[in-house]
Amino acid sequence: MTSQSRLAWLMNDVAGKRLMAIILAVIIVLPMLNLLVPEGSFFHVSSYTIGLLGKYLCYALLALAVDLIWGYCGILSLGHGAFFALGGYAMGMYMMRQIGDRGVYGNPLLPDFMVFLNWQELPWYWYGFDNFFFAMLMVALAPGILAFVFGWLAFRSRVTGVYLSIITQAMTYALMLAFFRNDMGFGGNNGLTDFKDILGFSLQDDTTKVALFVCSGLAVILGYLLCRYVVSSKLGRVLVSIRDAESRTRFIGYRVEHYKLFVFVLSAMLAGIAGALYVPQVGIINPGEFSPINSIEIIIWVAVGGRGFLYGAIIGAVLVNYGKTFFTGAFPEIWLFMLGGLFVVSTLFLPQGVVGIVQQWKDKRAEKKALQDGKAGEVAS
Amino acid sequence: MKIMAKHIPQHILYLNGVSKTFDGFKAINDLSFTVKPGELRAIIGPNGAGKTTMMDIITGKLKPDVGDVFFRDTVDLTKHDEADIANMGIGRKFQKPTVIESLTVFENLELALTGNRGVFKALLHKLNAEQYQRIDEVIKLVGLAEKRDWLGGNLSHGQKQWLEIGMLLNQEPDLLLVDEPAAGMTDHETEMTAKLLKEIAGERSVVVVEHDMEFIKALDCPVTVLHEGHVLAEGTLEQVQANEQVIEVYLGR
Repeated sequence: MTSQSRLAWLMNDVAGKRLMAIILAVIIVLPMLNLLVPEGSFFHVSSYTIGLLGKYLCYALLALAVDLIWGYCGILSLGHGAFFALGGYAMGMYMMRQIGDRGVYGNPLLPDFMVFLNWQELPWYWYGFDNFFFAMLMVALAPGILAFVFGWLAFRSRVTGVYLSIITQAMTYALMLAFFRNDMGFGGNNGLTDFKDILGFSLQDDTTKVALFVCSGLAVILGYLLCRYVVSSKLGRVLVSIRDAESRTRFIGYRVEHYKLFVFVLSAMLAGIAGALYVPQVGIINPGEFSPINSIEIIIWVAVGGRGFLYGAIIGAVLVNYGKTFFTGAFPEIWLFMLGGLFVVSTLFLPQGVVGIVQQWKDKRAEKKALQDGKAGEVAS
Repeated sequence: MKIMAKHIPQHILYLNGVSKTFDGFKAINDLSFTVKPGELRAIIGPNGAGKTTMMDIITGKLKPDVGDVFFRDTVDLTKHDEADIANMGIGRKFQKPTVIESLTVFENLELALTGNRGVFKALLHKLNAEQYQRIDEVIKLVGLAEKRDWLGGNLSHGQKQWLEIGMLLNQEPDLLLVDEPAAGMTDHETEMTAKLLKEIAGERSVVVVEHDMEFIKALDCPVTVLHEGHVLAEGTLEQVQANEQVIEVYLGR
């Protein structure tokens, strides 16, 4: 901070730079191994792997969004899955409109589920979603506006701590119930699915899948740089100050609610973008994404990776989800117990997550080395 | 606010007939007193005398049930919230030292530095040479020059108190409210703190709430005694200590 360089916020962040370099390498090399290396070759990377990693990257962006508010501002949101799902729905609506008359009922204007419900015309809130740029705007705006209204009410009334966590849970649960209803016009129980293409590219093509994977990786990198910029600014230090001593911050004249609102909305928008990248890669969005358990899982990713480092959230999201993929395949019945256990273990023994352990180990080694050097120096003199 | 700062008001702080009741308990009862510009004032009183409630009312955390609270003669403090009041020029030090533990001494002082408190201003904020100098001056004044890059959480109790006072100074307030600064300090630290507060007063008004008689003696300033939310006596420490009512309240029956 006292460094003179304008880019100090980036240059001082060794671990973050390394992780970004790794992600960059992954999104350059794996697509080549997928598209250029023939199938059956040892070096070929399957489209399944690409899809899986693409999903992890979306989760990483979501975890990043949560770490921004939880790690730096102390806002424990247990409803961030809602913003992720809203972004996903906005993207899903665009892709539903792209289907056009290729649906089962062949209606050029109405998505299948609306025809099935005997609807005669498109609801007003579906207008504009045939336009990609409008839909992308909504990907950020829909979660952003919800976060703004929710945050404005909550932070202005000084709802903090566990109370805030509970109402964020209530928010995502209420949205889940609402989206389950057919009358809402978002496909009810089944959600939105049977997508055909995005911007004219078929979702079945390997190149489209690879492109989505690369976009997800780029989104994580850009999201990371943005968050890093925010937390390294004076604004970031105000956030930390709110986390550590909220009333002190108020009494030195900062409007705590404005700062919280800013970072909450920013975080919700990042979560929305993550959801929008996620949906075309998994091919479906349904109200299950609003389920409170999903939001709690995000917290576990961040806790396992290490809260308050940004890159820790990314590592945590990938690690836990890799574990989930592996264990739900190998021992499906114990995964939920493991997830619960992971939460207990990370709370009790890893207050700073995986990243914290590595940090501790490094500090110890540096200390040892300093001690040895000191001794060597004594002997030499 | 800066324009108003040009002319010197009659009273920096003016409380008249202020009362505050919690569930039937009168924490503050018809409290009236004033503080003049540049004055150093000590407020003493037994536990439950209403000292902290009074601070909460002045800084906007609580609204009084009745009574007037004016800052610089004209500003009605009951109509503003904490952030507003802080930006007007009233700084408050808590009883328990409260600094930002995971920021450095320098960063703590940077946050407190007077200036625009807007969100987007903070995002693009950069310190200029003048501000650097100002922070370094304050670091020296509160005796933390060697701890400049230490984390707030690694400071000793006394050092945290001084850092917090430094933060208040960086807000450039006209009035400083200091709640039990000597609590938990060593004798040497207490002495340093008294010296520091005396240095600060003059340019600004300082109101110190304290229990410790030695500390009040070291401050060598007018004393107001609170009892059951009301002013019991006012005067020099000797006068107050000789007051029979005060003796009764303090030394008991």
